[in-house]
Amino acid sequence: MKARVHVMLKNGVLDPQGEAVRHALGQLGFDGVEGVRQGKVIELDLAETDADKARDTVTQMCEKLLANTVIESYSVEVS
Amino acid sequence: MHAAVIVFPGSNCDRDMAVALERAGAKVSMVWHKDTALPEGIDLIGVPGGFSFGDYLRCGAIAANSPICRSVVAHAEKGGYVLGICNGFQVLTETGLLPGVLLRNAALKYICKPVGLTVQTADSAFTSGYEPGQTVTFPIAHHDGNYFADAETLKHLHGEARVAFTYNANPNGSADDIAGVLSENRRVLGMMPHPERMAEEAHGGTDGAAMFDSVVAQVVAA
Repeated sequence: MKARVHVMLKNGVLDPQGEAVRHALGQLGFDGVEGVRQGKVIELDLAETDADKARDTVTQMCEKLLANTVIESYSVEVS
Repeated sequence: MHAAVIVFPGSNCDRDMAVALERAGAKVSMVWHKDTALPEGIDLIGVPGGFSFGDYLRCGAIAANSPICRSVVAHAEKGGYVLGICNGFQVLTETGLLPGVLLRNAALKYICKPVGLTVQTADSAFTSGYEPGQTVTFPIAHHDGNYFADAETLKHLHGEARVAFTYNANPNGSADDIAGVLSENRRVLGMMPHPERMAEEAHGGTDGAAMFDSVVAQVVAA
């Protein structure tokens, strides 16, 4: 099955890259962009066929490697 | 005094660190990241600067999960000394040996220049060769040196005098101008500036030499 992990900086952690993107959008004439947060999407192809087990395993992957939970939050979708 | 310097793919300050340690009198072994064990009798581990694994995923994240890093963590947990400089600091935060994390510089630019630092504590084997409050100049060379930790962690770091160095003019947005922090037992130091690149006259200054001299001397005496 496939899993998709979204990793985002937690609220309260300054995102200088998102802020630079917001600024650039403003310069291109896109008014009214009040905030931009930039994150990552990680897609995994898994041999596992049980959705619950896959979700558990990917959650462990997030805790151990894919996200740094000091600054990042994550969400896992399996399909 | 026997030091190990870990070499990851993408390390580029490993030789500099080895030279600075040898100059201070240490015997140095270079240890490849795929090795699972350190040589016998290692007193100090140096985790050098560079761009381990191309900074993929997050700076230091892949290196922190490499085979040798289990031995680095085990060494620190039994009271061994570890010095992480620049990317080495990022690796040590990713292993959890040091609190916090290094974010992208606030101005988003890679910065490479000498900076003035204030020594905040002389109470560690790494900083005992300095006076508290002393100003030293070390180069920085990083894109992700913006130290972040939550308010509670910062309070602990200040309360336990574990901030080793602060920037005199904050170049990268680091919380409370923090440039380097110590572990709870004061035997693990992580810092973004490069003392090993300011350790002999040919470098343009020798402010960094005292760090290697003091850690080599103290660990031998211990």
